[in-house]
Amino acid sequence: MAAARRPNALLRNPAAKIAAIPMILAVLFVFVGGTIWTVVYSFTGSRLLPRTNWVGLDQYERLWGTSRWLVAIENLLIFGTLSLIFTIGIGFLLAVLMDQKIRFEDTFRTIMLYPFALSFVVTGLVWQWILNPQFGVQHIVRDLGWETFTFDPLNDPDIVLYGLLIAALWQGTGFVMCLMLAGLRGIDDEIWKAARVDGIPKWKTYLFIVVPMMRPVFITTLVIVASGIVRLYDLVVAQTSGGPGNASQVPAMYVYDYMFQAQNLGQGFAASTMMLLSVLIVLIPWAYLEFGGKKGRGRG
Amino acid sequence: MKLTACLMGASALALATAAHATELEVTHWWTSGGEAAAVAELAKAFNASGDTWVDGAIAGGGSTARPIMISRITGGDPMGATQFNHGQQALELVEAGLMLDLTDVAEAEGWREKVFPPSLLDACTVDGRIYCAPVNIHSPEWLWLSNKAFEEAGVPVPTNWNEFVAAAPALEAAGKIPLALGNQAWQSNLAFGAITVAVAGLDVWKSVNVDKNMDVAAGPEMAAVFEAAANARLLAAKSNVQDWNQATNLVITGQAGGQIMGDWAQGEFQVAEMVAGEDYTCLPGLGLNTYLSTGGDAFYFPKNDDPEIEAAQKRLAALLVSPEVQVAFNLKKGSLPIRGDVDLAAANDCMKKGLEILAGGNLVPSGDMVWSPDVQNQAQDLLVEFMKSDMAPADAHAAWVEILSSGI
Amino acid sequence: MADVMTSAALQAGPRGRRPRRAFSTSNIVIYGILGLVSLYYLLPLWVMVMTSLKGMPEIRLGNIFAPPVEVTFEPWVKAWAEACTGLNCDGLSRGFWNSVQILIPSVLLSIAVASVNGYALVNWKFKGSEVFFTCLIFGAFIPYQVMLYPIVILLREMGLYGTLWGLVLVHTVFGMPILTLLFRNYFASLPEELFKAARVDGAGFWGIYFRVMLPMSLPIFVVAIILQVTGIWNDFLFGVVYTKPELYPMTVQLNNIVNSVQGVKEYNVNMAATLLTGLVPLVIYFASGKLFVRGIAAGAVKG
Repeated sequence: MAAARRPNALLRNPAAKIAAIPMILAVLFVFVGGTIWTVVYSFTGSRLLPRTNWVGLDQYERLWGTSRWLVAIENLLIFGTLSLIFTIGIGFLLAVLMDQKIRFEDTFRTIMLYPFALSFVVTGLVWQWILNPQFGVQHIVRDLGWETFTFDPLNDPDIVLYGLLIAALWQGTGFVMCLMLAGLRGIDDEIWKAARVDGIPKWKTYLFIVVPMMRPVFITTLVIVASGIVRLYDLVVAQTSGGPGNASQVPAMYVYDYMFQAQNLGQGFAASTMMLLSVLIVLIPWAYLEFGGKKGRGRG
Repeated sequence: MKLTACLMGASALALATAAHATELEVTHWWTSGGEAAAVAELAKAFNASGDTWVDGAIAGGGSTARPIMISRITGGDPMGATQFNHGQQALELVEAGLMLDLTDVAEAEGWREKVFPPSLLDACTVDGRIYCAPVNIHSPEWLWLSNKAFEEAGVPVPTNWNEFVAAAPALEAAGKIPLALGNQAWQSNLAFGAITVAVAGLDVWKSVNVDKNMDVAAGPEMAAVFEAAANARLLAAKSNVQDWNQATNLVITGQAGGQIMGDWAQGEFQVAEMVAGEDYTCLPGLGLNTYLSTGGDAFYFPKNDDPEIEAAQKRLAALLVSPEVQVAFNLKKGSLPIRGDVDLAAANDCMKKGLEILAGGNLVPSGDMVWSPDVQNQAQDLLVEFMKSDMAPADAHAAWVEILSSGI
Repeated sequence: MADVMTSAALQAGPRGRRPRRAFSTSNIVIYGILGLVSLYYLLPLWVMVMTSLKGMPEIRLGNIFAPPVEVTFEPWVKAWAEACTGLNCDGLSRGFWNSVQILIPSVLLSIAVASVNGYALVNWKFKGSEVFFTCLIFGAFIPYQVMLYPIVILLREMGLYGTLWGLVLVHTVFGMPILTLLFRNYFASLPEELFKAARVDGAGFWGIYFRVMLPMSLPIFVVAIILQVTGIWNDFLFGVVYTKPELYPMTVQLNNIVNSVQGVKEYNVNMAATLLTGLVPLVIYFASGKLFVRGIAAGAVKG
């Protein structure tokens, strides 16, 4: 690079440094500073206002002894696992179907992707309406003659997560499909030719050759989808408000409720620190895989 | 914030000739039909006095609205006035010196003598200074019954909770939901509180919630309350609505036998043009113990640098407690006034029942007044889980005692 | 040319065997599945539109999937102009204009900042720039809840809390990671010779940015605009936490109106309100077509 050729790099190109100031400020004050601040204050007994009355790990002990938090974590694990498997599985299958040189590809893609343009609030409200037991799916199937048909996920604590899942899949699978399709199209044509020459069946080529080659796409998708799942908030607020009972609580709701509603900031900070930790568990191995081996890759 | 204050100051200056016209933004969570009509009365009175009411309604109930209000006050963008349930919700804001001291207004207006029951003003008092203006009383311990549902089930309309439980099998046989209960957490909490007052009685309620006697909280009386609540959740098992007024609607249409809900449910029956005693029955204290816990709404006034705004805040505070506004507001709202010296002749039967209990002094303070929001929230989380799952009563009881103990 | 590189993946065309006959078994299976799947995706949109065009009596009696017997636009009018939150009975219209007011400066500011940033990161590297960039990308994955309260404090200290500009700033900061990544990758894909030639000609930082980079980057700007418009329009959390009721964006107001308890729930008005709120991102989406796809693919896959 131009700057590297000459010494005294600190004073050169002041314009470039000035241009980078917003990024530096955002990183220092919000992303790094804000995160550290929250983690530090999670060791205090702050109530409505942040205070530095240190209480050690009390907030964490209480957090992990609270039934609602445990339910939220369990929900996150169940919902997260199912959601990952289904979004990535369905997304990939749809991408494979779309890759079969079909007619109306653009139309199909437009249809599958439009929910992704809509907000979670909109998604939650629509599915709340479709799953409404009095008017929605249950009512219609019963009208068709199957009188005992029962499908009321939003009011049944045992299956409420599936109600959320249906909505989340509707919103997100089209997006994953697009990522996967881009990945499929990025596979070298020669691979296909070689596989065809060798007489390998198509499904085998996909499963044993293409999928391993698409590993980076899968990993990126996994990270994006997973970090989205940890954040899950709007959808639950709009669709179930965490109910019935505590059956569809998620960590993000716990954080918000305890920070602002219960006026217990310390507890909210402890919970959000745990959310951060769960993201790091996903993120660090990925970052290691992605960036670990390739230092200084400046140009794409 | 400084800028806003400056601008407001400037605009106040510009309008100084037109008496003392100051804009005050007032935030609250009164968004249902009846509530909005009641707020309109407050706005009308305030505007008539020369100032301007800027409405800042936040929908979704107090649990949605309070976080927004608090973060605005702590975020340095205070509104002119804001609703809270009186009690401990704003305690820390007061202690942090973020709320305006209204003691001089209260003394000038004689609140100490006029506000009834006095506990309402006590809930506004921190270290002997008064920080809020109470506007109404809410009592949550009511059982609302659909006469039609019981008629169709072929059983007489119950006169108390025990009869209601006994009649439940007949309701179920007639294809009805015995008890309507919305999914939102606060509704389970409310039902549990009502059952506590009704089943365990006043003394137990007071020793647990006021004296904070944890031996009583862990004792057999409360165990019986948990059993009764476990029974109630069976009766509510088929209730599958979210909002409280949807649950009320089940009662109105006769699909459900009854609902435990606060006096504000009254408004829904009125909108549906139903007559108390004929179409529906209301049982305060669930018909067992005619005691009501009196929580309610109050307005707090965040501190402001601008003397013009402070003066307007004090004018609004005085206005809210004045007899005329109390009558106009509470008639629309269906709630009870906070002073005993006003005439509510226009009140309907259920409201009158409430007034009688109020006059008789059969009152207990509400949970908002005696427990911190943190404890309240934890208890609510526990109770909604209990009411909406098959958690064993003994387990819930033990967890509940632990939560209360942590709040002493 | 650069255009081709970014979108190469999508424009290379499908793989696999060419279809032989129109009605082969595999074709029937493929189109059958895609047809069914499309139905699942389209169903909610259909239900929203149909419900919003019915009167309440028809909703109570009928089938949510059935088209209206009697078409009425009243729910739309009500959702737009009459639905109440407290004393403010001006429906979603206020939220719409608030959203527009939040959207325009947020989109402009965030894209301006991020594009200059991406350009500096590629062509004007300085010591530590990659470290900051890595932190920024990590920032994209940190749950917002972690930074929620510190930002309240930051905004308070700046005197911006509760103002429109406060929210604009928040959107700019949180749009930064993905947009910077997008621009960085794009500028990195431009041939280095262009930059070098301009340097030799004596152009400086801004000169090259405005005269060389900008004219070549129209497509990526469009992609960024699409990303930001939909993202900011759909935001709920920041709108709730960092503004006040009179400035609520449309998404927040939608949730308010739908959850305003007023007697019987008016499902038709709710659905009309929901559709109205979704309309802006939908229009952007349908109008932009492949650019939208490219935006999300470019932003995500090339991390």
